[in-house]
Amino acid sequence: MHDVNPTSRRRFLGLAGSAALCSTVPIVTLRPADATPAMLASAIRNVVGEADLHTGKVKLDVPPLVENGNTVPMTVSVTSPMTPEDHVKSIHVFNEKNPQPNIGNFYLGPHAGRAQVSTRIRLADSQKVVAIARLSDDTFWLASVDVVVTLAACTEEVI
Amino acid sequence: MASALINVPKTAKRGDIIEVKTLMSHIMEPGYRHTASGQMVPRDIITSFTCRFNGTEIFRTDLFPAIAANPFITFFTRATGSGKFEFEWIGDNGFSETASASISVE
Repeated sequence: MHDVNPTSRRRFLGLAGSAALCSTVPIVTLRPADATPAMLASAIRNVVGEADLHTGKVKLDVPPLVENGNTVPMTVSVTSPMTPEDHVKSIHVFNEKNPQPNIGNFYLGPHAGRAQVSTRIRLADSQKVVAIARLSDDTFWLASVDVVVTLAACTEEVI
Repeated sequence: MASALINVPKTAKRGDIIEVKTLMSHIMEPGYRHTASGQMVPRDIITSFTCRFNGTEIFRTDLFPAIAANPFITFFTRATGSGKFEFEWIGDNGFSETASASISVE
């Protein structure tokens, strides 16, 4: 009645085993052209030139955990008296892994009173966001934040 | 149909620092997405936003595809006198919109 052929069972297990092995062969995945850390570095160099980057003064507010990368609130503020002698000329924001390293450039001046800008950005992956401020004495100050994104933006399919 | 939302206080004291909030409705298509059939969706974004007060530029932004749809930008400025804020958005495919807001400073 229960005539199970041991040979075929062994063969089956053998085949299943080799099939499992085959699937561990590296799968080539196609990824969109992401901005690499190298692109981030060169985008920063485009703005900063040969000047030194200092850490501090800049505060970058981005939520550390983002559910939807399509709209991420972001605020950059810089500690500055905003006087004609000492003010923030511009604020530049970059990312590491979107298709493009730039997010936005904001140009302000002593009349701004407070060096703070807010907007909503897109993030295509969990990554580092960098904000750089250029002061009136042409020094550059930097702040960076690591953000975890669960739903990526920019490269998804259009429905 | 594009439309702008501007939030500027109607009155302020001289020397006050006021917040200017702006929102322009725009799709901000980044140009990196494709349809189910594999076609690339061309880029369509706002590339530049400028704010002038009584004709003088007080704030400018370069926008990139990494700015979310319906760009919402806020910044600060010092109330120096009564006048008019003029806002201008320029983008791909000849996109150009303006808006304005008045403030009276005492």
